[in-house]
Amino acid sequence: MPAATMTLEIFRYRGEQDPTPVFQTYDVPYREDWVVLDAINYIKDEIDGTLSYRWSCRMGVCGSCGMMINGVPKLSCATFLKDYYPAPVRIEPLAHFPVERDLVIVLDDFMEKLTSIKPWIIREQEQPLSEGEYRQSPAELDRYKQFSMCINCMLCYSACPVYGMDNRFLGPAATALAQRYSMDSRDQGRSERQQIVAGDEGIWECTLVGECTVVCPAHVDPAGAIQQAKVSSTIDWFKSVLWPWGKR
Amino acid sequence: MGEAMSPYHRPMATTWWLTNRAYFLFMVRELTSVFIAAYLILFLLMLYKLAMGREAYEAYLHFLASPGMVVVHVVMLAAALFHTVTWFNLTPMAMRVRFGERSVPPLIVVGGTYAAWIAASIAMTSIVLWWK
Amino acid sequence: MARSNDPFWWALFAVGGVVAAFLVPVHIVLTGIAGPAGWLRGSFEYHRVLALVSHPISRLYLFVLISLPLFHWAHRFRFSLVDLGVKGGRGLVAVACYGSAIVGTILTAVVLMKL
Repeated sequence: MPAATMTLEIFRYRGEQDPTPVFQTYDVPYREDWVVLDAINYIKDEIDGTLSYRWSCRMGVCGSCGMMINGVPKLSCATFLKDYYPAPVRIEPLAHFPVERDLVIVLDDFMEKLTSIKPWIIREQEQPLSEGEYRQSPAELDRYKQFSMCINCMLCYSACPVYGMDNRFLGPAATALAQRYSMDSRDQGRSERQQIVAGDEGIWECTLVGECTVVCPAHVDPAGAIQQAKVSSTIDWFKSVLWPWGKR
Repeated sequence: MGEAMSPYHRPMATTWWLTNRAYFLFMVRELTSVFIAAYLILFLLMLYKLAMGREAYEAYLHFLASPGMVVVHVVMLAAALFHTVTWFNLTPMAMRVRFGERSVPPLIVVGGTYAAWIAASIAMTSIVLWWK
Repeated sequence: MARSNDPFWWALFAVGGVVAAFLVPVHIVLTGIAGPAGWLRGSFEYHRVLALVSHPISRLYLFVLISLPLFHWAHRFRFSLVDLGVKGGRGLVAVACYGSAIVGTILTAVVLMKL
């Protein structure tokens, strides 16, 4: 009995050969327990070694293997072939990013945005060693923990049409990360981050499409982070207008 | 190795919101605000006619009673309800309601909002029907 | 820290959205469907309605009911146009949208004072 196969249509871009991308079709063995990453690795190993793509942990924690699978941003290591079989699967690089080669995108903009919001604990005064460690209650941890779960996979940026239309937008993951720190009881740097978060290309560009939260594999809820930032930034703004002498 | 090749850019079409269901429903949700504004203009017009006197007011009521205008209102109602439902369902996302140290479960927050909406609607209907 | 004015417009959008969500549906049913269909008997009689809306609390209520959702529309529509690819989101489009809401608010105040 012939082994079952499945068809993958994969976006190929090799700028040095052809400035126009093409879709290349591959037939891979169909195994019920295979994910898309398994199929792509099979292609690389057995059919076409020129295919380029990112991957690492193959278990959904490193955030490396994000791709558009039938037009939806997903982790290829967490997407099962059996959910598409026997129909062909179309695989493209993550949307809204420039393509370096094949399925590899240029993620410089993302890295720049992450760094821009100062993703570290900012203190006005470091607590001296003699006072011991910073203590945090479970309730204080609960305030930001969800936003700390981000694996930097960029699926949210691919899902966000605002970022797609204008890549100056700070975006979901960077805002969630900013909230992760600003809402950490040990942090005192919120006003520093606000310049970017509540600035021209920050949270005010977001129109709450909400797809970022839908596609997030780590349940970070970046849309929630952005909405909460809008509420707190608005309260700040009114405070600064109504009693400008006050300390925030 | 040759010179570095430039990355390939895939510009987003302005019809992006037609490409999938979630995006389409988002755009519908946003455009409900147009129908709500349209209704409020008609409502303001009714208040204006009221100020202009009995004849003007009753002529306007007659206009509102035409089948076309009732259909328009049904469409505006559908839009307004879509706004209400999507707005209420998103409330827990925008703010975490706290009860002391613990969070109020989102379902209770949303349920409470719907209950308040029904109460407000009943109150308004009662006033219009029975105020003396 | 009153850098950009976005929080101000967003606040109006948010409050307007709450007002619209809670109150607009029932009003559409009352004035647009139940009233014209005759289900409310004499409730819409001229003198009665005039007396009802002329009350100071009514005027305040009606002002909030009409004005705030207009600002909700303005902000939302401005960004819808941006999402649809229209340029000028921070310029002409913003002025046109918020300007219309301001005009609508003024007209509302004028009408409410006439009653």
